[in-house]
Amino acid sequence: MTAPVKNGSTGDGEGELPVLTKKDFTSDQEVRWCPGCGDYAILAQMQKMLPELRIPRENIVFVSGIGCSSRFPYYLETYGFHSIHGRAPTLATGLKITRPELSVFVITGDGDGLSIGGNHLLHAMRRNLDITIVLFNNRIYGLTKGQFSPTSEMGKVTKSSPYGTTEAPLNPARIAIAAGATFVARSVDRDTKHLEETLYRAAKHKGTSFVEVYQNCNIFNDGAFAAFAEKDVRADRMLYLEDGKPMRFGKHQEHGIRLEGFTPEVVHNAPDDEGLLIHDAGNPNTALANMLIHMDYPDYPVPVGIIRQVESPRFEELVQHQVEDAKARSEPDFESLLRGPETWEVPAR
Amino acid sequence: MTSETPVRPQQQVERLERVTVRFAGDSGDGMQLTGTQFTKTTAIFGNDLATLPDFPAEIRAPTGSLPGVSGFQISFASSDIRTPGDQPDALVAMNPAALKVNIGDLRPGGLLIVDEGEFTGPNLKKAGYQSNPLENGSLAGFEVVPVNITRQNELALEEVDLPSKQKFQSRNFYALGLVLWLYGRSLDPTVKWAQQRFSRNPAVLDANLRALRAGYNFGDTTELFQVRYDVPPAPVEPGLYRHISGNEATALGFLAASLKSGLSLFYASYPITPASDVLHELSKHRNFGVKTLQAEDEIAAIGAAIGAAYGGSLALTGTSGPGLALKSEALNLAVMTELPLVVIDVQRAGPSTGMPTKTEQSDLLQAMFGRNGDSPVAIVAPSTPSDCFIMAIEAFRIALKYMVPVIYLSDGYVGNGSEPWRIPDMDEIPAIEYQFASASEADSFSPYNRDPQTLARPWAIPGTKGLEHRIGGLEKSSATGDISYDPGNHHQMTLYRNQRVARIAQDIPPVEVSGPEDGELLVLGWGGTAGAIATAAERARQQGKSVASAHIRYLNPFPANLGEVLSRYDKVLVPELNMGQLALLIRAKYLVDAVPFNKVAGQPFKITEIEAKIDEVLGLRGPYELEFGPASVLGGG
Repeated sequence: MTAPVKNGSTGDGEGELPVLTKKDFTSDQEVRWCPGCGDYAILAQMQKMLPELRIPRENIVFVSGIGCSSRFPYYLETYGFHSIHGRAPTLATGLKITRPELSVFVITGDGDGLSIGGNHLLHAMRRNLDITIVLFNNRIYGLTKGQFSPTSEMGKVTKSSPYGTTEAPLNPARIAIAAGATFVARSVDRDTKHLEETLYRAAKHKGTSFVEVYQNCNIFNDGAFAAFAEKDVRADRMLYLEDGKPMRFGKHQEHGIRLEGFTPEVVHNAPDDEGLLIHDAGNPNTALANMLIHMDYPDYPVPVGIIRQVESPRFEELVQHQVEDAKARSEPDFESLLRGPETWEVPAR
Repeated sequence: MTSETPVRPQQQVERLERVTVRFAGDSGDGMQLTGTQFTKTTAIFGNDLATLPDFPAEIRAPTGSLPGVSGFQISFASSDIRTPGDQPDALVAMNPAALKVNIGDLRPGGLLIVDEGEFTGPNLKKAGYQSNPLENGSLAGFEVVPVNITRQNELALEEVDLPSKQKFQSRNFYALGLVLWLYGRSLDPTVKWAQQRFSRNPAVLDANLRALRAGYNFGDTTELFQVRYDVPPAPVEPGLYRHISGNEATALGFLAASLKSGLSLFYASYPITPASDVLHELSKHRNFGVKTLQAEDEIAAIGAAIGAAYGGSLALTGTSGPGLALKSEALNLAVMTELPLVVIDVQRAGPSTGMPTKTEQSDLLQAMFGRNGDSPVAIVAPSTPSDCFIMAIEAFRIALKYMVPVIYLSDGYVGNGSEPWRIPDMDEIPAIEYQFASASEADSFSPYNRDPQTLARPWAIPGTKGLEHRIGGLEKSSATGDISYDPGNHHQMTLYRNQRVARIAQDIPPVEVSGPEDGELLVLGWGGTAGAIATAAERARQQGKSVASAHIRYLNPFPANLGEVLSRYDKVLVPELNMGQLALLIRAKYLVDAVPFNKVAGQPFKITEIEAKIDEVLGLRGPYELEFGPASVLGGG
C-alpha cells in the first residue's frame, strides 16, 4: 500500500514527492478530547495513513461539522475547515466542484451527519463527488454531554430519555447504500491496523467513500461496541470482509456464512468453503451489501471492511466536462451575450 | 426589410406623451408573450418604457378562474419614464376573470378591449359574475370595445391545419395585432421574432401570423375605434440598446464580475420564486467557466458557496426571503471566517411563504441583523433592472477587497421588471482586484493578519504550500488564528468585524440628490421604489414645492455623506414597501425624525400615492390613507 503515486495536483510539479511522515501531519494544537476517547485512535491512524497517499499536505483539506469528532481538522497539519452543524458535506461539495484537484475529507459524527445534516450526507453520496466521508459513530451525543443520537439503540436511557428512547436507530451504512455511495466501509477505533487500511482504501477510491467507524465514547456511552470489538472477542464476533474471498470468521477462520433462502446463516466449524458466501463488493446489485449491513451481534458476527465498492462517474468531473465541452462548442463571447437576442441603435440627434 | 405596416393618413390620430397598457388573460392565454412582444416593438420604435409582468403563483390555476389571471403592464412615453404607470389607460381583457381582477385599476374613461366571445355563461360564473358586465351597464364609465376575438381568430385560421384547441392559443397574437395597430406600431419585429421562435413548427407559425395580421387588419378596417394613438419617440441617450429584466441583468452582472476579476464564477442555489431566473440564466453559461449547483436545499447552496469561496472562486448563492432565513447560520460562518461571498435575495412579500410572486422590500432588517451575535455584512441594493448589472459587479468588488459577505437585495419588482438598457462598454468597467496569499509568505503567515487599510484578512487558498491552516466558526485569536476564548480577543475581533464593514463607506460613491440642495423635504428611498419616488418628487417640484429626492444603493454601510445630506432638509420622508425598515435604521443612526410611509400590499408604490404623502408632510393636505382596490392584480407605480 506504499506504492509511489505521481503527484497529479497543484503541488511541486511532476515527479515523486518527498516522503512525509505522521509527524508532518500533526499540527501544533493540543488535542482536547477526553482521555481514553476513541477519537485519538482514529486521529492517529489518519495521521499514519495520510503520508501513504503521497499527496502534498497543501492539497489536502479536512472539512468538519460540529461535535466532538468535528474538532478533528484542528489536529492535522493540512488545510482545515471546522464548519457548522451538519453542513460539512455542503462545503466539501462546493470546494470539490471548484477545485477538483484537491483531496477533500469530511469528518462527521452520528448526530452531525445523520441527524441535523442527514439531508446533505444523502446528496453528497448520490452525487458521487470524489471525497472521503468518515463518520464517527459513538451512538451518543458527547459534546452536549450525553443525549441519545439517531444511532442509539431503542430504549436507551440517557439524560434526554430517562424512560428510555422510543425510536428505532438508523444504520449509517444502510443509509449510504440507499443513497448510492460508491464506496461503503466500516471499521472500529480499537482495531487500528484494520482502520488504517480501511481509511487508505477509502481515500484511494474514486468517488464518494463513506466509512463508518465504531467509536467508543468512554464518558457517555462506554463499551457501546465492547461486546464484539474488544481484542479478545473480535475474531469470533466480527466478520472481516475481503473481496472475492469466502466469508469466514473465528480465531482460526473456522466459521462461515452461507445463505438459507434469503437469510444469512452462520455455519459453525465449516470444514471447507463449499456453500459459503463469497464477498463481492463490486456487484452492482446491492442485495448482498444490504444483507451484510443487516447482520448484527449477537445473531451474527458484525461485518467490517469494504462492504461495497463500485465505479461511477464523479460529479465534479461531469461538471468540468460540461465546461470544457461548452467552451469547445462555443467561444465565450461576452459582448454578444450582453447584446442579447435583439438590439436597436438610438442614433445621436 | 419590407414594412408590413400600411399607413392610413386619413385615420384620426391623437398624440400622447405617455400611455400605459395592460394585457390580462388566463395564465394559459399567453399574456406575458403578448406584453413582451409589444414591449420590444415599443423599444425599437424609440419610446422610453417600463414594464411589470404579473403572474399567478399557481402554475396552472383552473382555466378562467380569478387566481389564474395573468397580466403584463407596459408604460411608454416620448419622455423619460421610470415606472410602469399607476393606472392603465387601456386594458385588454381576454376573459371575464381578467376583467374582474383588473377593471378596478383602469383609469376612468379608459379604453377597455374585451374578448366578448369569452363572456359566456360558464366563464362568467367562474369569474363570479351574476350577470354579463358587457350588458348590465356596469362598465359605463369606460370606453368599451367588445371584439369577438375568439370567433375572429377562428375565422382567420380556418385554412390552418391545426386542432381547434391549438388554434384557440393564437388569440393572443390577434390581440397583439390589434393593439399594435391602435398605437401605430409595426408588425415587423413580431413577425421576425415569430419566424425564429416557431421555425420548427410551420403550422403554428402560420396560425400565429394569420392571427396577428387579422387583429391588425380588424383595427384598420372596422370603425370600432374612434382614434389611433401616437406616442412619439423619446429623447434617449444615443447608443446600442437592448431590453433587459432585472434578473437577467443580475446574472450578466455577476458574469461580468467573473470576467473583470479573472475568477471562475460558482453559483449554488435552490429554486425559489422570484430568484430562480438567475439560476436558469447562469446555468447556460458553462462556456464562460461558470459552474452551477442546484443544491438539495437553501443551506446546502450557501454551504457549497462558502466551500467555493474558501477554494478561491467567485462564490455566489441566491434566494428569496424565506431562503435567506435558512441561510442565516451559514452566512454567519462566512462572517466569522471572513470569506468573500455574495448572497442574492430577490425579495418577495412575506412573512413566511407570504405571497411568492408579489414584491416587497421587507428583508432589509433580516439582511442587517438576521444572525446570532454581532454579525455585520455589507448590503447593496439595485434600484432598477439595469442597475442590477452595476450593483452585481459592485457586490463582488466589495466582497473581494474587504473579505466580507455581501447581501445583494433585489426584489420581485426589480427582478421581473424590464426596461431598455444601453449596453455597457466592458472596457469602461474597471478590473476587480483581489490577491491570494502566496507560498512566499509562509514564514510570517497568520490567517487573521489584517490589511491595515481595509482590515481584510489574507485569502489563503488550499493548494498553497506552507500556508496550511485551520479556520471555522469558533472565535479565533487575532494574532495566531488558533481557537481563542480570551475575553479581550473576542472584543477586539468583534470590533474588527464591525470596523471592516464600516470602512467600506470610504470606498463607495456618495449619495446624490435630485432637486434642491437643501429645503423643506427630502424623499429618501432604496431599491425598486426609485422610479416612483423620483417621479413624485419631480412632479412636486414642477408645482413649486421644495422637495428633493435621494436613493440609496449601498445599505450597509451607508454612503459617507448621508448624514450630512439628511441634515440639510427640514423633513425626511421614507417611502418603503415594508413597515419602516430603512426609516428605523436612519432614525437610529442619524437621530433624524424621518417620517415612514409604508405600503405592504405586494404591489409597488403608485406615483400618486407618494405625491399625496408629500403633500401631507408639507402640510398641504390632511392625513393621507392608502386605498386598495378589491382584487387589483398589477397596480403600477
